[in-house]
Amino acid sequence: MSNRNFTHLDALESESIHIMREVAAECKNPALLFSGGKDSIVMLRLAEKAFRPAKFPFPLVHIDTEHNFPEVIATRDKLAADLGERLIVRSLEDSIKKGTVVLKNETQSRNVFQSVTLLETIAEFGFDACMGGARRDEEKARAKERIFSFRDDFGQWDPKNQRPELWDIYNTRVHAGENIRVFPISNWTEMDIWQYIERENLEIPSIYYAHEREVIQRAGGIMPVSHLVQPQAGETVITKTVRFRTVGDITCTCPVESPAKNAAEIIIETATTRITERGATRMDDQTSDASMELRKKEGYF
Amino acid sequence: MNTTTQLLRFITAGSVDDGKSTLIGRLLHDSKSIFEDQLSAISKTSEKRGMATVDLSLLTDGLQAEREQGITIDVAYRYFATPKRKFIIGDTPGHEQYTRNMVTAASTANLVVILVDARKGVLVQTRRHTYLASLVGIPHIVLAVNKMDMVDYSEDVFNAICTEYRQFAAQLGLNNITYIPLSALVGDMLVDRGDNLNWYQGTTLMELLETVEIDHDLNTTDFRFPVQWVCRPQTEAFHDFRGFMGRIESGEVAVGDEITIQPSGRTTTVKEIVTYDGNLERAYAPQSVAITLADEIDISRGDMFVGKGNQPKVAKEFEAMLCWLSESPLDLNRKYVIKHTTRSVKCVFTRLDYRVDVNTLEQHDATTLNMNDIARVAIKVQQPLVFDSYLLDHGTGSFIVIDEATNNTVGAGMIA
Repeated sequence: MSNRNFTHLDALESESIHIMREVAAECKNPALLFSGGKDSIVMLRLAEKAFRPAKFPFPLVHIDTEHNFPEVIATRDKLAADLGERLIVRSLEDSIKKGTVVLKNETQSRNVFQSVTLLETIAEFGFDACMGGARRDEEKARAKERIFSFRDDFGQWDPKNQRPELWDIYNTRVHAGENIRVFPISNWTEMDIWQYIERENLEIPSIYYAHEREVIQRAGGIMPVSHLVQPQAGETVITKTVRFRTVGDITCTCPVESPAKNAAEIIIETATTRITERGATRMDDQTSDASMELRKKEGYF
Repeated sequence: MNTTTQLLRFITAGSVDDGKSTLIGRLLHDSKSIFEDQLSAISKTSEKRGMATVDLSLLTDGLQAEREQGITIDVAYRYFATPKRKFIIGDTPGHEQYTRNMVTAASTANLVVILVDARKGVLVQTRRHTYLASLVGIPHIVLAVNKMDMVDYSEDVFNAICTEYRQFAAQLGLNNITYIPLSALVGDMLVDRGDNLNWYQGTTLMELLETVEIDHDLNTTDFRFPVQWVCRPQTEAFHDFRGFMGRIESGEVAVGDEITIQPSGRTTTVKEIVTYDGNLERAYAPQSVAITLADEIDISRGDMFVGKGNQPKVAKEFEAMLCWLSESPLDLNRKYVIKHTTRSVKCVFTRLDYRVDVNTLEQHDATTLNMNDIARVAIKVQQPLVFDSYLLDHGTGSFIVIDEATNNTVGAGMIA
């Protein structure tokens, strides 16, 4: 006999739970990276499924660019508090004060510099494994990354020299000073995430759903107006009904025009969209065909 | 969108220029899984390289080095869905030196599409890919005879290739093979049937991917549950709770079932099957659950719960087929670590029986193993392992070999 009601979401969920338990059992000092974005909220639910009725055997860690949408930070803090789990926040501002991050100007995108603060945080707490909510369907370089992705003592990813990963037997070993990044939802797609959010009735920041927002047209996309993004000469502010498909650095994350008010409506839109998640929303991935690969080699997630 | 769809994992294997990337690109394109921004990016690149039409193979070339050299250097995973199923494709390179990548991608696959060029027929590489597919035990094999447009869609050419392949596959004990003629470039028999292969009555590749029966790809009879993590909340509400967490590798379990804990051999009964979504009466592979027991027994990670019926072996010595994955050759004088289910133990390789020439299937004497070599070996481990033959149970019959000096994964084994 077998379980005929076992769906693709059940299969993905079970795989992710199995990965998280391997991390807990084999790594000395793991952490779960949690930003308050939708993928990391799915990760939290998976961690609940993996470890309840006990507490998580690792803290939640957020590397804050301080270029965030306020709704996302509010959700981050609320969820961590509701779950009663420990949340560690380290800010890019700390790295700027220390002089390890030097920005050209205040409005420059901070995504690329997160790597510096992440590596400093890993060193501060001595984490040997960081779990993150990256997915292989997001981007070409991610598609080639292992679930357990080994990083050297500079946090660098060497795509040509990855450990083979067979069956579901994961090699979690590292030497002192080295660490691994673990991606329990590697095999999930944007659609799977939304189906799971609907099925589990997960609370996510309101800006993922349709709302009215002041935006400006720029570089073929629409940019949200904020204290960091203001109209330049010749640009006009217009109000549109939009939602965010991803939430990252406020200076380079663009919304899409959409009337979708809930997960069910977003699922229908996702099924028919003709633009990838990052293609629609991330200016920083469009600078070159290899932008993500280059950032990952520097220690980025 | 239907959420009760199944997940099918498949890989494609072929020689360089068999049109593998084109086939994947075509499947994604014709099932409308390519996005406009991806298409526009590869259109630009195709134009830059002076191509007249969009090169769909560019979709799967992920890394900068690959795009520069126009080759595929590692396993990449692609995702697409139809209303019937969700698919994960493991894209593996066809180069000779990359046997390890195919074994890696094959280890999680339900199905393999082996591509041959209709003009070239069954090649050395075709035999190698088939051997590897049978070694890793991929449940479903498809021989896709590609580039039919280059042989005038000839039924005779197709039949001759199938006949030759069938004879070879029979030597490996493979009988359940699906043969499909197609043209990835034109799109015939991938998603659409096209007008050029009307003599062919079988399914298109997509129909096969959507309907092939995968419910029985896992061993559904023998309950095996390696303990991954012991959950002891030690809170007021769960003061005495001891849940043994893990994933059911095979078979099923129900509340009240008698189980044996290996390697200690003690028996007890299942008290509860606990999940975040509530307790279950019965659970099946590959569910992740927590199990509580009627008796207090000392149990830790690496132990295995086993049901009645077929029993696993509990031993310190066993034989296996080993695929060597590392640039540093196997050193018979050294100790390595084996990770098998949730148990890691030190091991030595006590004997190399023979090395398999993956091109001819001939057996040769061997004193060491180099990267991509496959051999029959005898192994001795420091602590007993609880295992089944890989043929019976992939979950409890597979292991990886780790070099403690580098921490690299250097070998992949399938227990005989």
